Amino acid sequence: MPSLDPTFAALPLRELAEAALARARELGVDHADLRSERIREQSIRLRDAELDGVNESVDSGLAVRVVHRGTWGFAAGTVQTPEAAVRLVEQAVRVAEVSAPVNTEPVVLAPEPSHGEQTWISAYEIDPFDVSDAEKIALLSDWSRRLLAAEAVAHVDAHLQAVRENKFYADTNGTVTTQQRVRLHATLEAVAVDEETGAFETMRTLAPPVGRGWEFLQGVGWDWEAELAALPGLLAEKLAAPSIEPGEYDLVIDPSNLWLTIHESIGHATELDRALGYEAAYAGTSFATLDKLGTLQYGSPVMHVTGDRTVENGLATVGFDDEGVQTQQWDLVKDGILAGYQLDRRIAQLKGLNGGRSNGCGFADSPGHAPIQRMANVSLQPAADGPSTAELISRVKHGLYIQGDKSWSIDMQRYNFQFTGQRAYLIKDGELVGQVKDFAYQATTTDFWGAMEAVGGPGTYVLGGAFNCGKGQPGQVAPVSHGCPSALFRGIRILNTVQEAGK
Amino acid sequence: MSAQPGSGPQQLAEKALELSRADGAVVMVDESSTANLRWANNTLTTNGVAANRRVTVVSTVDGAEGVAAAAVSQSGVDADSIEALVRASEQAAREAGPAPDARALLGAEAAGVLQGMRWDEAAAATDIEVFAGLAPALGESFEAARANGQLLFGFAEHTLVTTYLASSTGVRLRHDQPTGKLELNAKSPDFVRSAWGGAQTRDFADVDVVALAAGLGQRLDWQKRRIDLPAGRYETLLPPTAVADLMIYLYWTASARDAADGRTVFSAPGGTKVGRRLGVPGLRLWSDPGAAGLESAPFLAAAASSAQASVFDNGAPLAATDWIRDGVLERLLTTRQSADDTGLPLAPPIDNLLMDAGGTASLDELTRATADGLLLTCLWYIREVDPQTLLLTGLTRDGVYKVEGGEVVGVVNNFRFNESPVELLGRITEAGRSEVCLPREWNDFFTRTSMPALRIADFNMSSVSKAS
Repeated sequence: MPSLDPTFAALPLRELAEAALARARELGVDHADLRSERIREQSIRLRDAELDGVNESVDSGLAVRVVHRGTWGFAAGTVQTPEAAVRLVEQAVRVAEVSAPVNTEPVVLAPEPSHGEQTWISAYEIDPFDVSDAEKIALLSDWSRRLLAAEAVAHVDAHLQAVRENKFYADTNGTVTTQQRVRLHATLEAVAVDEETGAFETMRTLAPPVGRGWEFLQGVGWDWEAELAALPGLLAEKLAAPSIEPGEYDLVIDPSNLWLTIHESIGHATELDRALGYEAAYAGTSFATLDKLGTLQYGSPVMHVTGDRTVENGLATVGFDDEGVQTQQWDLVKDGILAGYQLDRRIAQLKGLNGGRSNGCGFADSPGHAPIQRMANVSLQPAADGPSTAELISRVKHGLYIQGDKSWSIDMQRYNFQFTGQRAYLIKDGELVGQVKDFAYQATTTDFWGAMEAVGGPGTYVLGGAFNCGKGQPGQVAPVSHGCPSALFRGIRILNTVQEAGK
Repeated sequence: MSAQPGSGPQQLAEKALELSRADGAVVMVDESSTANLRWANNTLTTNGVAANRRVTVVSTVDGAEGVAAAAVSQSGVDADSIEALVRASEQAAREAGPAPDARALLGAEAAGVLQGMRWDEAAAATDIEVFAGLAPALGESFEAARANGQLLFGFAEHTLVTTYLASSTGVRLRHDQPTGKLELNAKSPDFVRSAWGGAQTRDFADVDVVALAAGLGQRLDWQKRRIDLPAGRYETLLPPTAVADLMIYLYWTASARDAADGRTVFSAPGGTKVGRRLGVPGLRLWSDPGAAGLESAPFLAAAASSAQASVFDNGAPLAATDWIRDGVLERLLTTRQSADDTGLPLAPPIDNLLMDAGGTASLDELTRATADGLLLTCLWYIREVDPQTLLLTGLTRDGVYKVEGGEVVGVVNNFRFNESPVELLGRITEAGRSEVCLPREWNDFFTRTSMPALRIADFNMSSVSKAS
């Protein structure tokens, strides 16, 4: 079992918290919290089996957030002494004072029970930072060479990102948490080039980013051997594949592609801060406004979507959020109807949802940033005795089976989206008849989910996700997972991207 | 700032070099400070100040098969913790294989007149007081918006980063980079009408938020008449901010190495498209660290190697570079290694981007010269669809206006577009004067741009978006 990094545990965290919170009480704040974080990240990139770069960073620091006379104040620094913590409290209060004249909406936080002293560590076996760089580089180099050995493959990019996150949190409510989690994302992308015409195609591994340790690269939770063996053949087939005929198709979408559509069209659309306009100038708003809660027909009756920060190996999974709230699971869409939102403490209080309690979506990506409402793991549930992917394909006369995410874009109210994928197979009369290329699917969110005829069974379910979900100003990046089964959609618009380019 | 003796950024850099047992080392100390205000629905929402010191140590190690390198960065480093960072960097370099971009580190002579300039001076800093003038002006704008039945949203941020770059080969360089931005968004209370404006600044002294807000109020009035249009190809006026977002993506894709490997829009069978015509005659796209109001670092400071830049080239002087000249592709981004491999000149990345196509008209004048077309405000959620053509998709946002007979006659629904910025360069029918602008989409990563408005005869609006 993993244990808490002793060098983080050895920091004078409780002294910092006591000094800061005492000063905050003296200054008469409504609320104060202190976070000390250390985020260690590593990126290793190889190009054609040669090392392109190895970079490592450690971001450590201290942040104080206060609610002072109904206005937020936030200050952050990198010196971790009680004196520095006290200065941050004073700075945060000053920031609140400067800001107060332009604040007309008093900040009140939803109540949360005091959880006392808590320690939480994510589920992993091998800390990726306990594995030598030499071993990591050797593995990626070996995998790259295997792909390069295939005739079709001209180039291979390999990339490994590893993160270990330590957070200490203490607030005036008496909650004190110490948490640690790790995550990994490894990708290999092969490139084929037609020397005569200059045409090229790429094919990337579908292995998702995971809240696991190095064991994931050793085959726990993913069959790398099978995926690497198949990749060159899949790439060669794609390069030679016919360009798709645009038009209406039925789609069977694999979890390796559907997770991103869920992220964009459900995950962001059910963030209550967005629906209320707090992101309106930047990330945007949501069509799923609060007045439609309980009535909006989001999709077909087979659609059941949950939010959680509790699933094992989930990238948004944690014991307590960055506002001291214990994490939970809840419904976002049930029987096709909008059923809930993602909340932090301020907006939970503002609108009285979830019984006036946050569902634990407060997150700050670094010690230099204040927590904002960030995405939970948002997942489409499988049907208990649902069909296999092959059975879903067998129900289609004229369609596509799409695997792997690639290009994505959605509008600022989460209506109109366009996605491509790593590969697509033409389905004719229930059978796959080979790849087609240059495809993109375009739809409006509620039309798309309304066209979902069936979801696959638990055997088709995969937890996908991303390290790099962006939101907020200043910009913050959050990791998040999305689980889903394969699913069948009827009558979706398919574009030909070469024709879109005017060729 | 009361620095203790020996704890300043310069002393830290010198100490790291003294401690280094690697064959070569580059140390970068970034002293940064930032302040921000954010608002929504006519009220402040979040705010903050942050200070950070980030130290990056690049170690190079000579081996039998070549030179290896690794970079390790850490925040909050002081004189006591610097040794651990140096050792971590050395260890990472020893475990790395030979670096394909390996070259001898540059010496002090390469830095020329910049060598040692203002090296001993303390870092520049900002704090929340930078908004002492903005905050009351915002309050005034909120009052005016309330009175007009409108809502204001937005964000202001000011950041100062002082970079100290020192190498075991004697380089000592320093750069102060201020970056300020303001984004303002006005909406009707039902969120159906929406207008946006942005500004970039070095110090906020030149930002007039009251005037910006008043201009957005006028645009919301234009939006009282709504016209629904279907997908299709339209004559379209792209304002400078929209052009900036498209050209930044083009710039990010302009690696010579990727092009020579046959995998970008700038690839040609057996080589690159350097020397080929991409755009209309007279079109110039360039970067210049000395560009007025858009000043950026005059030397390379790369904390990581990539297809565009090499840690071995740190300290390389940067000078005005034409990427496209008179419509012809002139340069692609190179390291010393990829320059040799491709036979192209050395051209490291520079942190600003400018375009000029010989136009002198303002956007208003271009609008008045439009018989029937669309006037955009900005673009959003731009993503690559097809690298072969650099086809990008994205949305129009915060006001698409129908122009008839030189007049704005109403607001149109938003669209999803599919277009390649490279293809567009050959289809420019008219350009306005180049203006400093804030890129709407990419300003978290790239702010310093000057672009003309462009008229495109047949911009591809692929489908309608219901979003407002």
